[in-house]
Amino acid sequence: MIPLKNSGKLPPTVQIDSLSHWYGKGITRKQVLYSVSMRIEPGEVVLLTGPSGCGKTTLLTLIGALRTVERGRLSVLGHELNGAGRRTRQMLRQNIGMIFQGHNLLRCLTSEQNVQMGSDLLKGLSYRARRDHAREWLRAVGLEDQMNKLPHDLSGGQKQRVAIARALSARPKLLLADEPTSALDSFTGREIVSLLKRLAIEQDCSVLMVTHDPRILDVADRLIKMEDGKLQPVIE
Amino acid sequence: MKFQFLHGRRIPLAWLLLTRQPLRLLVAIAGICFAGILMFMQLGFRDGLFDASVTVHKLFDTDLVLMSPRSMSSISMSGFPRRRLVQAMAHRDVIGTTPVNWNFLLWRNPKTLSTRAILALGFEPSDPLLLDPNFSVKAKSLKSTGRVLFDVLSREEFGPVAQWFSEGRIVETEVAGKRVRVEGLVSLGPSFGADGNLITSRETFLKLLPSTPPGSIEIGLVRLKKDSDPYEVVESLKASLPNDVKVFTRQEFIDFEKNYWRTSTSIGFIFTLGAAMGFVVGSVIVYQILYSDVSDHLAEYATLMAMGYRLKTLFGVVAREGIFLAIMGYLPAYISAQVLYALVRGSTKLPVAMDPQRAYLVFFLILFMCMASASIAMRRLVDADPAEIF
Repeated sequence: MIPLKNSGKLPPTVQIDSLSHWYGKGITRKQVLYSVSMRIEPGEVVLLTGPSGCGKTTLLTLIGALRTVERGRLSVLGHELNGAGRRTRQMLRQNIGMIFQGHNLLRCLTSEQNVQMGSDLLKGLSYRARRDHAREWLRAVGLEDQMNKLPHDLSGGQKQRVAIARALSARPKLLLADEPTSALDSFTGREIVSLLKRLAIEQDCSVLMVTHDPRILDVADRLIKMEDGKLQPVIE
Repeated sequence: MKFQFLHGRRIPLAWLLLTRQPLRLLVAIAGICFAGILMFMQLGFRDGLFDASVTVHKLFDTDLVLMSPRSMSSISMSGFPRRRLVQAMAHRDVIGTTPVNWNFLLWRNPKTLSTRAILALGFEPSDPLLLDPNFSVKAKSLKSTGRVLFDVLSREEFGPVAQWFSEGRIVETEVAGKRVRVEGLVSLGPSFGADGNLITSRETFLKLLPSTPPGSIEIGLVRLKKDSDPYEVVESLKASLPNDVKVFTRQEFIDFEKNYWRTSTSIGFIFTLGAAMGFVVGSVIVYQILYSDVSDHLAEYATLMAMGYRLKTLFGVVAREGIFLAIMGYLPAYISAQVLYALVRGSTKLPVAMDPQRAYLVFFLILFMCMASASIAMRRLVDADPAEIF
């Protein structure tokens, strides 16, 4: 493996050591992650693939500070998440952008307002500055003429672009995406992922993307395979 | 300050959540408005009835009132010796008294000839009785026997007396089986106990109701010097008069009557219960609306939590929805209540009117209703698990 771009200077964005996770309680308790270890360096685009039900999404939600860590060490952006309280996780989430399978836009808000829900998390900016910020991001994803449309009036690809703009407008240091292309046709999917990668790199933002889609594997700096809750050897 | 305000400004999410579903919003507003109208009407009727019980009480030209301790209300007056008034005159602050007879008599409708109980007041026509300055002129016409002044505001069941009189006809009818002639019109207003009123001389009153002992009256009006303290006089009269008579200030006399209707009848309870029903119905409607609103947007709330919004912020959104609903429901309720009050006044002649205290009360009840519903609906928010939306 080539020495990492930022080795020695910056701490890894995500550092995982023998992380295990279970679902359920008592007799129905089922292990979904078996001693997973990995790291994501700043600015790195990592793709996570594997059959459904292998624990990819669980890993993603753990990194996204949406679940409590049960065993092992998980540090995101320098914060240890094992034993972290609700408030720490909530603060941390403000620095993590998330893009979902469905776009999960707020139906009652226009594109611009949806993106501003992201930039509203930025501290110390006036309303106008946050709105301008949201508009810039919409321009960056090529939707400057769709600002006042409701999600209802946008195509699937356009909605996912708004979701990307929303995720990036909060200036995250880590972007988590769960099958962002699954609801899109292959051409649009490809376009979205390229856009995502380009914008993330411009922001110096690491990306962890879960995907089944073989056509987008080439955007990754690194590919991780997962099976039955264990990480498989890295394929370059 | 302004700078800080701009920093804190956010997208009005609560407002947009409500207004982007106009139909649901309309249903919510209609529901809250309905509850508000219900509360306004019930409380309005209640207060109106209490106020109506003292329409006549408020018109007397008096500072103090003497009444028998056995008199419980305007519909059950007992007599007391008239000479108590003469004794009251002995107090140096008392400048005048008016003995008044007060009883219900049967009035025959001159058109349909059916009879109905009417409140009859008997007094010496030369004594002052009402605050209305024009009254003393009319009172003079009562000096001949068998003459009465009829209340134009009496209910229509007493016959078209006022109309006939204004047309110049001589209106004669029977009261308590004896012939009387309407000599003039006065404007008193029906009260809760009396559907109509008539005023006559003491002499005529005793003729109409010969069973009344001549030395007995139901009410004694006592007028005081301008600068005297009525409470002081009440105390000294209470001390000097025997206990077969009670002494009230004008306001106490009014409150005594209101209090009878409030405590000795179920009116207060019934209308308060009605208002409470409105409150409950409204709460259920607001709760339904807010709960389904939260449920419908649960994935969106979860997304916001995944983005790093605090649960507290989201509670704030629901709370603001509650406040908006309260305001938007209250305004039409207030306007409708004004219109309905006017309609009720027109058809029942009861003094039902908007009073600022009630306007505030209903607003706070609606606000409380919306906030209580919102806080229950918030519990649903706790179910919004951001881990479930991936």
